[in-house]
Order: sequence, then structure tokens, then C-alpha cells
Amino acid sequence: MKSLILSALLTLSAAPVLACETVTLGDLNIEHAWSRATIGADRPGVFYVEITNNGSTDDALIGIATPAAGMPMLHETVVTDGVASMPHAMSIPVPAGESVELAPGGYHGMLMGLTATLAEGDSFPVTLSFQKSGEVVVNVEVLSLRAEGPDCDDAN
Amino acid sequence: MRRRQLILGLGGASGALAFTLGLGWWQSRGRAQPPAALLPLPIGEMGFALTNHRGEPVRPADWIGRPTMAFFGFTWCPDVCPTTLSDISGWLGELGPDADRLNTVFITVDPERDTQQVLADYLANFDPRITGLTGSLAEVERAVAGFRARFEKVPRDGDYTMDHTAGVFLFRADGRFASIIDYHEDRRFALPKIRRVLT
Ligand SMILES: [Cu+2]
Repeated sequence: MKSLILSALLTLSAAPVLACETVTLGDLNIEHAWSRATIGADRPGVFYVEITNNGSTDDALIGIATPAAGMPMLHETVVTDGVASMPHAMSIPVPAGESVELAPGGYHGMLMGLTATLAEGDSFPVTLSFQKSGEVVVNVEVLSLRAEGPDCDDAN
Repeated sequence: MRRRQLILGLGGASGALAFTLGLGWWQSRGRAQPPAALLPLPIGEMGFALTNHRGEPVRPADWIGRPTMAFFGFTWCPDVCPTTLSDISGWLGELGPDADRLNTVFITVDPERDTQQVLADYLANFDPRITGLTGSLAEVERAVAGFRARFEKVPRDGDYTMDHTAGVFLFRADGRFASIIDYHEDRRFALPKIRRVLT
């Protein structure tokens, strides 16, 4: 089954989907890096990604940097008594053997001070800083404003 | 929706509250009612004068006769609001022509930035049956009060963001409050709740 999916992926890879690439940093697998298109550059952009820690040591995402925004930061959407707010997240735990998602409605990268409008189909690099594993650059694919995530064949 | 299931834990407490408000109320009709103060007013008892993204005046009385699906947000919001609008667009798509009878409104809690034109540009990305509402801060406050919703302007990094009620409110055609679709609620509950106000 795995090889079937793999060969299907290989044949379909003529038009690679950036958000479906996996980047490895030590024991960490980083995939599904995506963002939403913005109307203009005044509004903040958003950054989502999925991080899997295959190692035996807990790690944490402690910061993001990108040339696409002057003030990128980590946030968490919290709903308390039905009211949504977005406090800063000082660090996002990536425990050993677990996956953590920056995804709609939860943790997200908040890209304040965009240097340019994010248009669907664009991509931009984001440097992720981890407490233990160090830094890695991922390419972020800009999906439509309506997107809820990338369509990857490996997603389940 | 794998993403939603993963974050269910986060919204667990508020989810439970909205679930009680929504489904629980239906199940307990005829028995003990929850304190009235917690529930949105019937639309007929609300009072506000707003303008939609096409520039037309909107008053609550205009909504009587059609079931209403309403929610609050602001277009500078990168996470919650596009996700809710995307969910709602998906629900309207799944309901198909049935949803044409639904009065679906997005009420901004940030009228300072969300002018009629800003709302129009933003909503062009979503289902065209969603109507955006803006107006003076005082009228937005009146609308929010009628829904027993809340919002707050929060200074942030030299700018500001808005905390706001994230649930989707459903009302029957006669204006009676029906239920809330909580932000973190499993998507499978949403369509049955909407269908209930459409019947
Ligand atoms: Cu944020």
C-alpha cells in the first residue's frame, strides 16, 4: 500500500505542491507549511505548519523569522466562554514522539508587518527556531483566503 | 477534519458551554429553561441599524421571515474569521439551493477598519450568500448586546486586535433563537443544526 501511494505520488509529481514537502531537522519532521492569501499588506498574514518529533527528547518551537514580515510571532487562538482571543505563545511544545500542528483555530504564526501582499500561489521562506534542534528553513505555500489546509496525498 | 479533532481539547470547556446552550436547550424545551440572560434575544426584540456591504440599510425586522445564521468577526483577523467564513461557505455549499432561504450575516466588531468597501472586498473570497454588516461603533455594540455576545479591542504590538464571540448563531424564521455552532465544535453537528432552522 505504501509503495502504491509512493508511486502514485511520483507520477503526480509533475506539479509539486510546496506545502506537501517534508523538511527534516534531526529528529524533527516538518511538513504542511502553508499560509493564506491576504488582501493588501496592512492585514497580518498567518503561518501554519505540522511538526513531528520522532526522537526521544522533548523539543519546543521558540520563534519564527521570515523576510515576508517585519514582526512575525507565535500566537495561540484560545476560546474562553465562547470568546476567541489570540495570546502570544512564548514557546510551542513539541514533545518526544508526538506531532504538533500550527493549524486554524489553535497555534499559528502571526505575520505582522507584511512586506508585501501574500497572493495565492506565492511562496516565502520561514525560519523555525527550536530550543534543542536549532534552526531550519521551510518554504511556505500561500493558499487561498478560503483554504483550510493543503491537499496532500499523505494527509489522513 | 483532522485539524478540528486535534484542537477539540483546547475549546473543550467553551465547547461544552455552547453545546449546552445549543443542543441542550432544544432537548430541554418544555422542561426547565436556562436563565434567559444567557440567550440571545429574539431578533424581533433586537434593535440596531447597520449597513450591509452593498450599502443597503439593515434593521433586525428585515430578518423576520427567513431563518438567520449570524456571526461576529473582523477582516484583520488572520485565523478565526477566515476559518469560520470558510466553514460557513462550505456549509452553504453542502446545503445547496436550500441555503438560499437562509439570511447569513457576518457582523464586524471592528467598524473602524471594516468599512462597507473593505467588507465587500473581503467577502468576495467567500460564498456570495454571506452578507457583511458594518456601521457606527454604537450600533455594532447594540447588535452585539442583542446577541448577548461580547467583543473587546485589545492593543497589541503598536496595533490592535479584537477579541470576540466566535460561535455561529442560528435563529428560526420567526426570529426565535435556535442554537449556536461553537467554533471548535465537530463539523458534523453544524449541518443538522442549520437544517433544523430551515424546516
Ligand atoms: Cu494571531
